[in-house]
Amino acid sequence: MNPVNYLYLSALLFTIGASGVLIRRNAIVLFMCVELMLNASNLALVTFSRMHGNLDGQIIAFFTMVVAAAEVVVGLAIIVSIFRTRHSASVDDSNLMKL
Amino acid sequence: MNSLIPLLVAAPLAGAVLLLLGGRAFDRLGHWLATALAALSFGFGLALFSDMLGRDAEDRTLTQHLFSWIPVNGFQADISFQLDQLSMTFVLLITGVGTLIHLYSVGYMAHDERRRRFFAYLNLFLAAMLLLVVADNYLLLYFGWEGVGLASYLLIGFWQHKPSAATAAKKAFIVNRVGDMGLSIAIMLMFVEFGSFAFEPVFGAAGSASEGKLTAIGLMLLLAACGKSAQVPLQSWLGDAMEGPTPVSALIHAATMVTAGVYLITRSGAIFNLAPDAQTAVVVVGAVTLLFGAIVGCAKDDIKKALAGSTMSQIGFMILAAGLGPIGYAFAIMHLVTHGFFKAGLFLGAGSVMHGMNDEVNMRHYGGLRKYMPVTFVTFGLGYLAIIGFPGLSGFFSKDKIIEAAFAKGGTEGWILGLCTLVGAAVTAFYMTRVMILTFFGEKRWQPDAEGHDPHPHESPKTMTVPMIVLAFGSVFAGGLFAFHESFLTWLEPVTGHEEGNSPLTPLVVTLLTTACMLAGVALSYLMYGRSAVPVVPPYGSPLTRAARRDLLQDDFNHAVLVRPGSALAAALVYFDSRGLDGFVNGLAATIGGVSSRLRRIQNGYVRTYALSMFGGTLVLVATTLLMRSV
Amino acid sequence: MSAATSLNLAAVTGATSTGEAVQFWVLAVIAVGGALGTLLMRKAVHSALCLAATMLALAVCYMAQGAVFLGVVQIVVYTGAIMMLFLFVVMLVGVTSADSLKEQLKGQRFAAALCGLGFGVLMVAGIANAKLDSFAGLGEANAEGNVQGLARLIFTKYVWAFEVTGALLITAAIGAMVLTHREHVKAPKTQRELAAQRVADNIQVPPLPAPGIYARHNAVDIPALLPDGSIAEDSVMATLRERGQIRDVSQEMLARMAELESTTADWLGRPPSERPPVTGPRKALEPVAANHPAPANRPASDHDEEGAE
Repeated sequence: MNPVNYLYLSALLFTIGASGVLIRRNAIVLFMCVELMLNASNLALVTFSRMHGNLDGQIIAFFTMVVAAAEVVVGLAIIVSIFRTRHSASVDDSNLMKL
Repeated sequence: MNSLIPLLVAAPLAGAVLLLLGGRAFDRLGHWLATALAALSFGFGLALFSDMLGRDAEDRTLTQHLFSWIPVNGFQADISFQLDQLSMTFVLLITGVGTLIHLYSVGYMAHDERRRRFFAYLNLFLAAMLLLVVADNYLLLYFGWEGVGLASYLLIGFWQHKPSAATAAKKAFIVNRVGDMGLSIAIMLMFVEFGSFAFEPVFGAAGSASEGKLTAIGLMLLLAACGKSAQVPLQSWLGDAMEGPTPVSALIHAATMVTAGVYLITRSGAIFNLAPDAQTAVVVVGAVTLLFGAIVGCAKDDIKKALAGSTMSQIGFMILAAGLGPIGYAFAIMHLVTHGFFKAGLFLGAGSVMHGMNDEVNMRHYGGLRKYMPVTFVTFGLGYLAIIGFPGLSGFFSKDKIIEAAFAKGGTEGWILGLCTLVGAAVTAFYMTRVMILTFFGEKRWQPDAEGHDPHPHESPKTMTVPMIVLAFGSVFAGGLFAFHESFLTWLEPVTGHEEGNSPLTPLVVTLLTTACMLAGVALSYLMYGRSAVPVVPPYGSPLTRAARRDLLQDDFNHAVLVRPGSALAAALVYFDSRGLDGFVNGLAATIGGVSSRLRRIQNGYVRTYALSMFGGTLVLVATTLLMRSV
Repeated sequence: MSAATSLNLAAVTGATSTGEAVQFWVLAVIAVGGALGTLLMRKAVHSALCLAATMLALAVCYMAQGAVFLGVVQIVVYTGAIMMLFLFVVMLVGVTSADSLKEQLKGQRFAAALCGLGFGVLMVAGIANAKLDSFAGLGEANAEGNVQGLARLIFTKYVWAFEVTGALLITAAIGAMVLTHREHVKAPKTQRELAAQRVADNIQVPPLPAPGIYARHNAVDIPALLPDGSIAEDSVMATLRERGQIRDVSQEMLARMAELESTTADWLGRPPSERPPVTGPRKALEPVAANHPAPANRPASDHDEEGAE
């Protein structure tokens, strides 16, 4: 088997995650789909690391994880505070950002 | 002594500022302050005059540089003054007659609640007129010129509650604007041609300029003079300007303001002397106006309008004389000064009559007033004798000289001009006699006024009669004084120059002819008005009379030739603007608005829609990248 | 452990062994299934669990490709910490609230599917076009151990980025605190004030009815019955009401009553025409009068019930 299959898997997962962001309305699920996209890119990075024979790709994946952790913390805090004031976790309910 | 020149202007200007800005504090004594300041200015003028007499004829010009107004490289506009014999004459006339009219107005406007404002405007007018005559460059002259226009607008429309007065003021202002445009163009031409607009460099360099350019400048100056001096074709405002209070008519539209055009042409003599075509135009304008005004004056029943026609005609005499060149300049100014006396006196007399007759202006409602207003009758009568050129009085000397000068032009031109002036003199005698008979002789034709009060004619108060008496003295003696040993000519010659010309007739013949014409006019008028009762309702009259009653159709002409095409053009432009331009602009705006309001729906506020468009954009980017790589 | 070593060996060479191939196909199915589950599950909890499965599968994929450290971090940090955080928030926000399947934005679902499909096709085509056959393998890089190799890079080449991520984490922690911390602007209301407020507002001044039907049910999710047999919604807590987790027993009671009456009628031998019209369970929350069209029958049936007792 050619390890390039990992890249196909990564592309597939990324696409599914992106579609999830577009389709789901629950902010938490939407956020999970974002995490899925990040994981898919991490897989691609690890595969590239293997392809090139150095560890830089893994380092970048590591940093991606750290940033994702920070992002999740802040994002979930935002979701919680929105839920507190609006009693809804649906992104469609926060639609005041229009003319 | 030089430092007195700015004070000439400053005194009345200070009066105007104080009275306009000082508020009610000046309500009680403001008019006396204004009169005192006018008199003070006259005092300065007298002091300068005596100083000037003490020096040699060649050394009499005084200059005073006050400050640089616009000091730009190559463009020097200075506030500086020049007082020579010509300016001096005007200064004395303006301040002298002006002071008398201030005094007269104290009585005439005693019961007007806006008296303080009136006197402020009078002072403003004096200041502007003085600035006009003592300026040493055309730009400062233009400043004074515009100031005179403004002051006349304010004074004509002083009784602004009357729609006719407001309209007359606007009319005067607008017609004057046409002339002012001529002056501003003339100044621009001078600056382009000579690089300066001060008198000295312009007149010094005039000899080296081409005749075409000088003619252009001269015609523009003539246009300016026509506007300010109410000459054909810009004469229409003067008759309507009689809507102002009578002192205003006396001061502005008889003695001073309308003479500004004569001053301008005389002052610019150095240019006109080198531009014969422009001179011809001046002469033609003068001759036409002379007859035009005289005919209008014959038909008017309104005493002030009859006098206004007379003014127009007399100014025509002066313009004609000024157009004759060095032959006539001095006589134009001489007639101007004597006219200043007797016309001011006539207007003040007319005001006095109106004052006694409940502001009635129709001469057909007067009659037999000589018994009720003896002082007015005598002073008015002396003014009348002066204006018709009765031998020995002022008008006789000055008008006679102009007629002589007209003949002295020589050739066919001389004959035509001479005959015109002779006819003018005869008609002048005719219509002035008519005014005299209708007003002071015959039986009473008094009518009750609008409120049903019968008029009780009475002599006016001292403040009004004293100026009339003083002016009557001027009317009687000024001409003789000026003609004595040709003193006026000698006085003005260093400024205006003088030529004798070659008259086909001797002065004695001209004098006899003039007197004969005058007597014929008087006799005709007596036959028509003095021997039979004057009808209260004006007869239908000949076509010429009816046209003259309508100012010889000048307003109809202006309306047909200028106003109607102007209105049509404006309407067309408005149509083009509202349909064409606005339609285009509004249509564009509506299109953009419509597109925007449809595009706005994309901004629905749902974050997922935005995410979708981002994802779509990413898709396009990736596709493009791949496509570019494969190509 | 030995399996991991063999996987590592495969990763080292750059080619894949048959074992890794088998492992990949198993893991790929799990990962894609989990991802689809995340996308399609109606309840957030289920989505989170599916995502956790995908992440675990990916962790094994990392290890198989020689990124042992990352695999462990993926399990510990992602699956362990981050997903737990997700679950906490899901619980906090409402564990059972499910998305409705009805799409509110017109064309959104179709466009999203189209974009996703297009994107996937493009990506796959791009990868296929790239001709990636030569894999160097990590044998050299991982010579002194994967963790040591990463550490060498992190603390030399990427030390600045590493420091910055530290700052980022601290900022995120403080941000989360600021966002979720609520300051009391004024002192909380005392019980006395709340009582006064209730009287002043004149909304439900007496206590709310207690839930449950005594002697039969006393669970909190069972609403009390009003005298006419309908349920008292106030008796159940609002959270349960919102989730639709109320067990309505009123119909059951009515059914039992109807059954009792018919038994009584049978025992008394009444003809069917004299039997009361209550034949089956009534709908909940319906006005009582609607079920009794003839008031004349009412005393008779009451009498019968009494007789039956």
